[in-house]
Parts: sequence; C-alpha cells; structure tokens
Amino acid sequence: MLDRKMLRDLRRLWSQVLAIALVMASGIAVFVMALTTMRNLEETRDAYYERYRFPDVFAHVKRAPESLVARLAAIPGVNAVAPRVVVDVNLDVPGMSEPASARLVSLPRRGAPLLNDLFLQVGRLPAPRAPDEMVAAAAFAEAHALQTGDAIGAIINGRKRTLTMVGIAQSPEFLYTIPPGTLMPDNRHFGILWLGHDALASAYDLSGAFNDVSLSVQRGVPVDDVIAAVDRLLAPYGGIGAYARKYQTSDFFLSGEIDELKLMARSIPAIFLAVAAFLLNIVVSRLIATEREQVGLLKAVGYGSTAVGLHYLKLVFVVVLVATVVGSAVGTYLAGVMTNIYGEFFDFPLLLKQVHGAVLSLAITVGVVAGLVGGVTAVWRAVQLPPAEAMRSPAPTAYYKGWFDFLGIARLLRAPGRMVIRHLTRWPFRSALTSLGIAMAVALLVSALHWLDSIEMLIEVQFERQARQDITLTFVEPLSASAMTDVAALPGVLAVEPYRAVPTMLRAGHRSRREAIIGLRAVNDLSRVLDTNLRPIVLPKQGLVLSSTLAEALAVSAGDIVSVEVLEARRTRADVRVAEVIESYVGAPAYMEIATLNALLREGPQISGANLIVDGFKIDALYDRIKTTPMIAGTALLSEAVRPLRETLAETITIMVTFYVGFASVIAFGVVYNSARISLSERARVGCDAGVGFLAR
Amino acid sequence: MADLDMGVATPTGTLPTFRTRNLTKVYRTGDVEVHALRGVDLDIGESEIVALLGPSGSGKSSLLNIIGGLDTPSDGEVFFRDLNLTTLSAAGLTRYRRDNVGFVFQFYNLIPSLTARENVELVTELAKNPMRPEEALDLVDLSNRLDHFPAQLSGGEQQRVAIARAVAKRPKVLLCDEPTGALDSETGVLVLEVIERVNRELGTTCALITHNASIAAMGDRIVRFFDGQIASDVRNASRRPPREIEW
Ligand SMILES: Nc1ncnc2c1ncn2[C@@H]1O[C@H](COP(=O)(O)OP(=O)(O)OP(=O)(O)O)[C@@H](O)[C@H]1O
Ligand SMILES: [Mg+2]
Repeated sequence: MLDRKMLRDLRRLWSQVLAIALVMASGIAVFVMALTTMRNLEETRDAYYERYRFPDVFAHVKRAPESLVARLAAIPGVNAVAPRVVVDVNLDVPGMSEPASARLVSLPRRGAPLLNDLFLQVGRLPAPRAPDEMVAAAAFAEAHALQTGDAIGAIINGRKRTLTMVGIAQSPEFLYTIPPGTLMPDNRHFGILWLGHDALASAYDLSGAFNDVSLSVQRGVPVDDVIAAVDRLLAPYGGIGAYARKYQTSDFFLSGEIDELKLMARSIPAIFLAVAAFLLNIVVSRLIATEREQVGLLKAVGYGSTAVGLHYLKLVFVVVLVATVVGSAVGTYLAGVMTNIYGEFFDFPLLLKQVHGAVLSLAITVGVVAGLVGGVTAVWRAVQLPPAEAMRSPAPTAYYKGWFDFLGIARLLRAPGRMVIRHLTRWPFRSALTSLGIAMAVALLVSALHWLDSIEMLIEVQFERQARQDITLTFVEPLSASAMTDVAALPGVLAVEPYRAVPTMLRAGHRSRREAIIGLRAVNDLSRVLDTNLRPIVLPKQGLVLSSTLAEALAVSAGDIVSVEVLEARRTRADVRVAEVIESYVGAPAYMEIATLNALLREGPQISGANLIVDGFKIDALYDRIKTTPMIAGTALLSEAVRPLRETLAETITIMVTFYVGFASVIAFGVVYNSARISLSERARVGCDAGVGFLAR
Repeated sequence: MADLDMGVATPTGTLPTFRTRNLTKVYRTGDVEVHALRGVDLDIGESEIVALLGPSGSGKSSLLNIIGGLDTPSDGEVFFRDLNLTTLSAAGLTRYRRDNVGFVFQFYNLIPSLTARENVELVTELAKNPMRPEEALDLVDLSNRLDHFPAQLSGGEQQRVAIARAVAKRPKVLLCDEPTGALDSETGVLVLEVIERVNRELGTTCALITHNASIAAMGDRIVRFFDGQIASDVRNASRRPPREIEW
C-alpha cells in the first residue's frame, strides 16, 4: 500500500524528481563518458600497440654495424630487435611554396617490420629494388590529398630525388607527430615517409649499418636494465641514449591525453554529485516536512521508523535509478562521440568502443552513494520524530529580528521584502547551499569559457611574446657558429639568432626527465625566455634556467644542483646549478646561455639551428634556397603553426565547452527549480501570503 | 521481553486495560517548561467508554498520546494490562501500537494519495486478525465510497473512514481525540454512533476526548481534567445513546 502511495507521490512530484535526477544524471554522464573514453583509448592503444608490435625501447645512434643486431638481441629479456635508418629531410611538395619536412624511415629488405609494423590503408609497400617508391603516413597523405602514383620531391643527402607514393600507412609509432620546434601536429608541413632500406642506407652511406633501433622486451623484464645494456653496446657507435616508451613522443602525448581524461573523470562529476546530493537532501527533507502528519500517522498505526524511512528512500531510489540509467546511457553515447574524436585525432586504424561493465557499476555505486548521502540523512532525521510530535502541525517557524533589522535595512523594505530577507537569514545554511549550487554551475560555465580565453592567451604568449621568429631552421647536425653568416646571407633574411639544442637526461635525486637544453644568447629578440611576469630575462652566464613544469617534475628550485647527461655522440655528464625557474605555458623547456652550453659540451661555438625574421616579399626565394640546402634538416614555420594549433584546439574545446555549458545549465536549472518549488510549497502551507493579500495584487 | 509476560500470572479480566501512576509530562521548548500532566493516576477498565473533558491545554491529548504509545511520559508509569509501556523501546512501542491501539484524530489524518479502501488497507496489512477493508467500511456505512480519495469525501465521511481504519484491525483499545471537533452535530452523531457500536459489538475499550459535556454523556465514566490533573472522575450510570445527543 505504501508503494501505491509512493507511485502517486511520484506522479505529483515528477518534475522535481526529474530535475534532481537530471543533475545527478549529468554527473554520472560526465563520469561515464570520461572513464569509458579513457578505457576505450587505453584498450585501443594497447590493442594497436600489441597488434602492430610497438617497441619498448628506442635508441638512436650515429652509425652502428648490422653485426651489432645479434648482440642487441642477445641482451637478456630482449624479444626482438629492429634496426632502421631514420633521417629528417626537406621536401618539395608540388604546388606548395613553403618547405615541408619529413622523417624518412626505412623498411626492412624483406617482409613486414619486425617492430612498428605498418597498417597499410591503401596500396602496397615499396618494391625491394625500387629506391624511389615510398609509403606516406595517412595524416600527411590526407593533408595533401595524395593519391597513389603522386610524386613528391625530397632532398636526400643533398640530392633532390622524386619519390612516388605507392601506399598510405599508419604506425603505432606516429600516432602523434609534431614537427620539430612546434607544439601541435602540422600534417601539411611535416610527415612520415617509409622507404626501402637499401634506398635510404645507400643514400646516407649506411649500407650494412643502421642509425636507429627499437627493441621489444619480454614481459616482466625490467626495461631499465635493457636500456642500460643497449646504451653500453651503442656507446662506441655514437649512441645517444636509449629510452623507454614513456619518452617516445607519440606515446607521451597519447598517454597525456588519457591522463587528462582520468583527471576529468575524477573532478567534474564530484561537483554534479555534490549538487545532486544536496538537492536530494533538501527536496526529501521538505517533502517529508510537508508530509509530517502522514509520517506521524504511519507511525501511529504501527509502521516502524525503518518501514517509513524505507518508504521515502524509495523516492531517493527512483531518483538514483533514473539518474544512473539516463546518466549511463548518455555517458556511454557521449563516450562513443569522444572516442571517435580522439580516434580521428590520433588516426587509429582500429577503434575499440565498448560498454565497460566496471565503469557502469562504478557509476551506479557513485550514484547510490550520492543518493544515500543526500537522502538517508534527510529521511532519517524526519523519521526519528516521535509520532505525537509529527502529528501536530509544526509550530510556526521561529523567525527572529536579525542583523538586517539592526542595520535598519528592514525599515527600508516593504513587508514582502522583509519576509524574503527573514526567510533567507532564518535558513542561512539552506540559502547558502542554494547559492553554492548556482555558484558551482556558474563556476563550471566560467571555467569552460575560460578555456577558450586561456587558449588565446597561450597563443598570444607563445607566438607574440616568446617565439617571435617567423622561421626556425634546424641543421642536420650542429655547425660551427660561422654558419650564421651563411644563414644571414640567405635571401630575405632580416634577422638571425642562433640556438643550440642538446638532448639531455636531467636528474635530481631519484627523479629524471629527458629534455633538450636550449642554448640561446644572453639577450634575444626572437626566441625569448620570459619570467613569471612575461618579461624577457637575460640568461645568466652560469647555470640552468628551468621552466616551472620541469623544476616541479625534478623537485628542484633555484640554487639546487641538477645532474645533466648529454645524449649526443659525445656523452658528457656534469652537475649544473639551477640559476632560475621561469614560467612556461608550453612544454617543459630548459635553457642555458649558448656559450656556457658549448663549454659544458666541451665543444667550440656550435649551433643547431637558427631563428629568423624574414622579408615577406622575398619568402619564395628563401623557401627555394632552403629546399635545396642539404644542411637544413627542418624548417618550422611559426606563422603556419598557429593555424593548425587553433583548429585542433578549437575543435576539441568547442565540444568540451558545449558539454560543460549544457551540464552547467542543468545544474543551475535543477537548483533554481527545486528552490522555487520548495519555497512555493512552504508558502502554500502557511497560506498567509495570499490570505493577507500580497499575491492577490 | 515485556509483552511476553502479558497475562501470564493474572487473568486479564481482573486487570484494568490502562493504569497510570503519577503520570507526568513536561514539554521543553527552549527555556520554557510546560507541565502538561502533573501526576495523573487513572484506571480505565476493560470495555469501558471513558469520556475525557477539560479546558484547552489541560493535558487531555498528552495523556491520550502517552497511553496510546505515541509519546513517552517524563515521569510515572503507564500499564496496558500488565505491560509497562514506560519500559518499551521505540520499536516496542511501535509493536504495541500496531497490535493493540486504534486512533481517531480530530483532523482525520487520512493519507491524501490513497483511496478510502487503501487507507484502511494500510492498517489491515499490518494486523494479525483484521477485518476485510470492505467490511470495516461497511461498518461505517461507506460501502459506496470505497474508491474515493479523501479530497472527494466530506469531513464526516473522512472521519468515518478514519474510524473504519482504526477499528479494522480489531484493536483492544480505541483512542479518539476530539473525533467530532471538526464536524457539525448531525455528522458528529453518525461518527459517535460508530464508536459506540464498536464498543458494544467488539468490546473495545474506548477513551474519547471531547470539549462537549453532552457528548461526554455517552461514556461509562466522565473524567474531567484541569491544569494537568484529574479534577473529577464520575461514573455515568446510564450511557446516553449518541442519537439523543445534540449540540
Ligand atoms: N509538543 C509540545 N511542546 C510544548 N508544549 C506542548 C506540546 N504539546 C502540548 N504542549 C502543551 O502542553 C499543554 C497540554 O497540552 P494538550 O495538548 O495535552 O492539551 P489538551 O487538553 O489536549 O488541549 P486541547 O483541548 O486544546 O486539545 C498545553 O499547554 C500545550 O501548550
Ligand atoms: Mg488536545
């Protein structure tokens, strides 16, 4: 019979119940969406890595003989060894004046790669005796709408060769490809091309040798031990330090994305569930308050507190049920959308989309807990009332004159205004909670919209204050500082600043980070180092300047010592003092004065590349020269980098902001609607407003 | 457990249904203390109708609530037969109310979202040996209103549903707190007749609070309250049939 009462109550209260359920459902939806997307991505990644044999250890070397492969394979715990030739070259893409660059990766002479297998979308692999055939990475091919049979010019070891595309492929190694010197994928100006081994090896005098090797490691074998052994073997051949998956660029970004989802799954739903629990608490409390006599009656005729409590808890249960069902369904649907977006972004050849039972049961648990927290306390308090007490209609709420009376505000208001204020101050906690609920919604809204602003801010800081060059050139290998004169003599170059970039392993205590140290002049006009107030600093003569992100990762601050291991052919090691910690919005860079860095490397004045300001009218001539200069391995066009950055971010962020705005509206609606309904039902009970004639007017 | 002792030593017939000793009730709201009952000693015999009279605030409802197990006294003792209500826990009191007591309140207290029949079923579902809900509603002449909601019934009809609900479980005692307080005299008579009939036919002990001396005349005894104490306790030799009462 109580159940019948509940059903009828539900019919009466459905709009309020629905409003709370929707708020709660939003929380659960975000939760399910984030967790499911995360799981999907993880599983997709793992499946992809496994099926296409993504290696565990990566190493680059200047030139190692193929005979070394057997010794690498003999390292305990190593499963497979895949030697390759990998080089960065400039491209000459028909119809595109600015230079693009590519990473050329060799394929084994026969069969599929042992590691980093290719997923061939279109076409075939290069024929063994066809040195000018190549397979292009899907992202690059798509950006240029390449068809099989199309040709692209590449400057291979100083000679321009025409490569014909015979296939389009994807690889777990290049899920995320960022051109050197920029922040975001730029598939127009940077791509991966796979060529036959002999074609590349002979061009770079690497016949019977390799300059890149990846290894897979048996499960359970410590990767660090393998890395140490690989380093020992490669050191005599100019090995620059083997590294594990987590330092591999593509995996680093993918894992970062997944971590972000994890964070979102944790923080945002908490807000929704807190609001839902609070709404539930208020609505259930007020509902029971309006049903005081009924509670009293039920107890009077012999229903126990538990029976009556359970009766009202069923209402909570309905809310939780609706919320979890709607939330899980919407969340699962959105997870599909999100997974597709990520799938497109990372260009997965396969996409595992699943409904994860564990995620759903976790969502249900979370929903039930929020429901219990919100509902049980309210129900329990009401049901504990002795029946005699409950049967009596509650004494008129004791209102008091409050601070607003003493401040004389009350006199300024007419009676209805006074009632409102007394009501607010009589229930300060409830009023505060209502405000808090709305505040949370607004906070969510503001933070969502704030993202858009912060992206603009990031772009502004990065491209207008920090990296102000038009072009960054990267040399194939470090050149003597006199190369500056040659660069300055290139057509259209208005200003040149040199830089030296050295891959290093930075260690402090047991913490370590693989990060390049960038050597710059003490004072720079183009690539500037900014302090926390975004003012350019003068690089100190001694010591390292670390970005705060890096300093945090290493748990060091100014004055601490960091051990620097140089990951170049000449492996040097030195302890360097941290001179200053600066802010950086992008990446986690480390800087040093260039001469100091040269000294640390025990080399003369050498530079890795140059930052340029160029004359826009002579740009085509410059591009032509760059394309045909073999010493220039890469060209990052910063003005071109902003556009893809904006586009990629805009797409992802617009979707996220839409979600958040939608959810924030749900919260605000739920809170406001319920408060309004509660106040109305209380007024109705007192019945005085209308009676006295305020509302009649 | 207290209710296991029920009627073991003495035949219940010789015990009064209710016996209160030095019953005291003090309400505290903030700093204010209200002495609602100041040491009430009252016995109510089996199958009696006891009318409780007295000015407003004299403690009648407080007494009824305590003997009905809806509230607990501040001091003193209450026995239902040989069951000491003051020793019972909240759950024990719930069981006592469920098994023994039927309540009728001034404002009917029906569940608005349940029909007349369902309001009665609410109680019969819990009872050990109940009437059928239809039977109970027939007793109050409401066979033709079974599926009406309280809002569709007149005040007198609602109160008769409340009585049907109270008697449907065949309670040992029927406690009525101003059952006619909100009714006109004609409707009130109908309600009183039902109470009288239940007492007569089922032998149910009745305590009936009223403000009206002429209604009190239907009782076997008339107990007057004043300021939390019994002012007088008079036996009424000839019960007046409700039909003859007018106010
Ligand atoms: N919950 C309570 N809190 C405080 N005081 C109470 C409470 N219940 C009753 N009282 C006070 O106890 C006294 C006795 O109340 P009670 O309801 O027993 O009187 P009553 O005889 O039934 O009066 P009425 O005829 O008006 O119903 C009154 O002064 C009343 O104000
Ligand atoms: Mg009373």
